[in-house]
Amino acid sequence: MAAPVQQDEGEPEKNCPNCHKDIPLSRLWANDLVCSCGYHFRMKARQRIKMLVDKGSFEELYTDWKAGNPLNFPGYQDKAETVRAASGEKEAVICGTARIGKHPCCLFVMEPYFMMGSMGSAVGEKITSLFEYAAVHRLPVIGFTVSGGARMQEGLLSLMQMAKTSAAIKRHSDAGLLYLAVLTDPTTGGVTASFAMEADIILAEPGATVGFAGRRVIEQTTKKSLPNNFQKSEFVLEHGFIDSIVSRSAQRKQLAELLSLHGGI
Amino acid sequence: MAGYKEICAKEGSIKAMSGAGMAYDRVKLVRSGKRPTGVDYIHAIFKGFIEFHGDRRYRDDPAVVGGIARLNGSPVTVIAIEKGHTARERAWRNFGAPHPEGYRKALRLMKQAEKFGRPVICLIDTSGAYCGVGAEERGQGQAIAENLMELSTLCVPVISILIGEGGSGGALALGVADRVWMLQNAVYSVISPEGCASILWKDASKAEAAAASLKLTAEDAKGLGIVERILSEKDIGKKEFYDRIRTLLAEELSTLSGDLDLVGKRYERFRKLGGCL
Repeated sequence: MAAPVQQDEGEPEKNCPNCHKDIPLSRLWANDLVCSCGYHFRMKARQRIKMLVDKGSFEELYTDWKAGNPLNFPGYQDKAETVRAASGEKEAVICGTARIGKHPCCLFVMEPYFMMGSMGSAVGEKITSLFEYAAVHRLPVIGFTVSGGARMQEGLLSLMQMAKTSAAIKRHSDAGLLYLAVLTDPTTGGVTASFAMEADIILAEPGATVGFAGRRVIEQTTKKSLPNNFQKSEFVLEHGFIDSIVSRSAQRKQLAELLSLHGGI
Repeated sequence: MAGYKEICAKEGSIKAMSGAGMAYDRVKLVRSGKRPTGVDYIHAIFKGFIEFHGDRRYRDDPAVVGGIARLNGSPVTVIAIEKGHTARERAWRNFGAPHPEGYRKALRLMKQAEKFGRPVICLIDTSGAYCGVGAEERGQGQAIAENLMELSTLCVPVISILIGEGGSGGALALGVADRVWMLQNAVYSVISPEGCASILWKDASKAEAAAASLKLTAEDAKGLGIVERILSEKDIGKKEFYDRIRTLLAEELSTLSGDLDLVGKRYERFRKLGGCL
């Protein structure tokens, strides 16, 4: 038996849920959180922005916007504050302007480590405002989605964000402007049923869960067990609901080319 | 489960339904299967309803009923999510849980209404869009998303009435309207109280508390600016009840029909819902 590869003393590792190998974190970080087997780990929004945009080009918009507790939902305020402290983010989406391969665009990136990217009033308000800004400045929008769905602690107001964002996207679209979405793991519920599926071009990361209803809910409703690839991006591609699957390492180049093809400089 | 009459009797009258369990009582009431459904409203309020079937893409979804009819003589497009009455009909209509093709049929009829300048009336009563394999394979999320986008700029007046359950995105897909009204005991929610309780508190039996916290009653929705009008349930199912709704619809449509900035105002109606700190 071969001797195990000697690791640096105390080098932290992460186990890959796909190939079950332990990967040193330094190597994982150097590879944009993608395992050598191709498994894409979840990525913090700011890290993703850094990976994607031309160095120093990102200018954040709506930095301090955050949700209140409009329904006085029990426990929501505390939970949100705890998440804010732990994640360092005020809300589940980061918006701004940037350049990718020198092409200017508006960018929103949802944050998996903020209540799993759940969409409340602040997320809806930020994304709506970004599309309005993009329409005024004649800019394309690139959006990275990750969401467990609507934020139930904001009740009907979170549901209304689906309508609000959709209307802003329609206006941006009717102005002849490009919206490009990249769906990452997981993109579900009210986000799938609104702005994730409303883009001109929809890309997805490999192996990302993309669906409307949760897998467990469907299993409970239908009393059937589901195939492993159910609601994975490959399944959604096969059924005709996304344009292409693009691995993380190829995204920057692909996005730059798509922006260029749509009249970017 | 308590039926309509029992729940009404419990508090003396519908109007008096209040207190801690009131929100969940209303959820149970609208699920009881003892209230008028979409098709009952269509036949009682409108004249000469002609039903149109199919989404022209896959199949006809019996959970969504749509077509054209006359409201006081004028043509309108009417679309309802239908739960059905008898056990057999309810199963056939999938208990009012539409598949993507139901939403696509609705959109097809809305675009048809736009082409011919007819107003659109939607009657909403669903626990939600169906959660199943076929629904996912055929793009439930995409179907709802497309309706939200297209309804936001539909160039004819749209009035949506929640007559029973308003279950999340599956209800909203017919609810991006110039006016949204709710029956007194109808509920409108982002998630079922049971789902909310089991996710947040790992305990579906806390549904009553969840229902109260979700602010899903007609009064709550009106307070939040999500609905414009609460419709009284006095004489529900009787001629007087439907006559009242018909009169209100006709009045509202005459106001909306003269509005040259209908789409702009619809945008602002939803734009102002839910802000930030």
